[in-house]
Amino acid sequence: MTVTNTSAAQRRVLPGFGLTMGFSVLYLSLVVLLPLSALLFNSTGLSWSKFWDVATDPRVLASYRVSLGTAAAAALVDGFLGLLLAWVLVRYDFPGKRIFDALIDLPFALPTAVAGVSLTALYSANGWIGSMLDPLGIKVAYTPLGITIALMFIGIPFVVRTVQPVLEDMEKDMEEAAATLGAGRLRTFFTILLPELFPPLLTGFALAFARGIGEYGSVVFISGNMPMRTEIAPLLIMSKLEQYDYAGATAVALILLLISFLMLLVINTLQRWARKTSS
Amino acid sequence: MAGTVPIYAAARPKKSSSSPATTESSIVKWVLIGAAGLVLFWLIALPLIIVLTESLKKGWDVYLAALIDPDARSALRLTLLIAAITVPLNTVFGVIAAWAITKFRFRGKGMLITLIDLPFAVSPVIGGMIFVLIFGARGWFGPWLSDHDIKVVFALPGIILATLFITFPFVARELIPLMEDQGTQEEEAAITLGARGWQVFFRVTLPNIKWGLLYGIILCNARAMGEFGAVSVVSGHIRGETNTLPLHVEILYNEYQFSASFAVASLLLLLALVTMIIKSWVTRKSVH
Repeated sequence: MTVTNTSAAQRRVLPGFGLTMGFSVLYLSLVVLLPLSALLFNSTGLSWSKFWDVATDPRVLASYRVSLGTAAAAALVDGFLGLLLAWVLVRYDFPGKRIFDALIDLPFALPTAVAGVSLTALYSANGWIGSMLDPLGIKVAYTPLGITIALMFIGIPFVVRTVQPVLEDMEKDMEEAAATLGAGRLRTFFTILLPELFPPLLTGFALAFARGIGEYGSVVFISGNMPMRTEIAPLLIMSKLEQYDYAGATAVALILLLISFLMLLVINTLQRWARKTSS
Repeated sequence: MAGTVPIYAAARPKKSSSSPATTESSIVKWVLIGAAGLVLFWLIALPLIIVLTESLKKGWDVYLAALIDPDARSALRLTLLIAAITVPLNTVFGVIAAWAITKFRFRGKGMLITLIDLPFAVSPVIGGMIFVLIFGARGWFGPWLSDHDIKVVFALPGIILATLFITFPFVARELIPLMEDQGTQEEEAAITLGARGWQVFFRVTLPNIKWGLLYGIILCNARAMGEFGAVSVVSGHIRGETNTLPLHVEILYNEYQFSASFAVASLLLLLALVTMIIKSWVTRKSVH
């Protein structure tokens, strides 16, 4: 990583490259890379058949299904809601706009455990919303729907804050041209604006999805943690650790980690694509 | 991945003018604003309001009793201690890494940025678990540590390590795009005029990045004080000893002491609100 060639070295007028780079790499290795590699090394003590047994255990498979399914559903809904919020925030002026804008960051700043207990209180059968939905036969708390709502709360700022700057930078000349040519606002939105907003929307979706897969604090309270139905993968890791089943926990974690890394790759590619289309 | 949104991107002033042809009719406009308001109220404001109403449900006496309870006070002390240790460490790293990455050209830069982002991509539970695998009773160093009577997991060092891991990218991630945009010309001019390395940093770079740095620090701090998943794995939940505020919320909740649990949660909500206020203040500062 510290490859230097003479031409690059000559361009270095500023001091401190060796020192700052050396410190950065050392600190990164100590705090992040070495600890993470423990997961990989720990799995070498794990035979293939044992790994396969754990990874394909019905309860483990069900937990992946719950985690991926609810995270995808939440990110999808957040995509639509986030577009609406970003649109209103960028295009219109209205009283209370500053509070509106600040509130969107709340899920970033609020500890996940607080979100977890308050959403559960809201949606349990005697909570404000739960008691309204209960007579209709809709149960939210302790069902996959509850997990999805918790993940929507966690994911919404990712979509808004990715779409918002792109929407702010958009020139209006294309929209004006479309209007001159007789297109209505709705048609202009779908043919001119939406194609340009699609890359950031997809990036926001991917960010919310990736966060949702690994999320723990806001979910454990509302999910009810029933094996096969509402048990998420991170919780399964937790309970295996509590039973000192390090091998099993490692196997579940490795697959979760693999999915996260794939998402990171997808997000990086998407962001590069979004930057290219917007410039 | 919180914090990947650079502060100045969300705060750029609008440049486009609006004409009747590129705006919606006022009915559509107000319907959309109303719908957005409803979404915001339902999804974000309601959970916030619930914390306050639930915490005061049994009156101020119960509320205050929950906060001055010795276990709550020790959880608050531990949470503050953890933030006081981890935030400065990751801030120093963030500034140094951002300097190395944005002021020089070298091969593998993209790779290094991706590696810094890693903790954002990893589930918090895994972030705690790796330290159990290394330092836990049945982990690599477990036998050696217990022979020498050193506790890492289920003790303060483990909580600090897990929090360091989780909050690792916040400051660096905020500074890198900001310093990338600012380039190196001002610093190079200062060097040419005879300034030393430290002078360049404190007189030229720091004034340019101070708002972005402050934003990164408050985000890092909010996460350090609020982290739940990773800390939950390594803490061992020993009341009065290794219990942080978010873990205390969980313990009280699981004991059906809902009012007390929400009272402690309201402290953390206050932390989030202060973070948001500083954020919007910093955003406005950095625009003007």
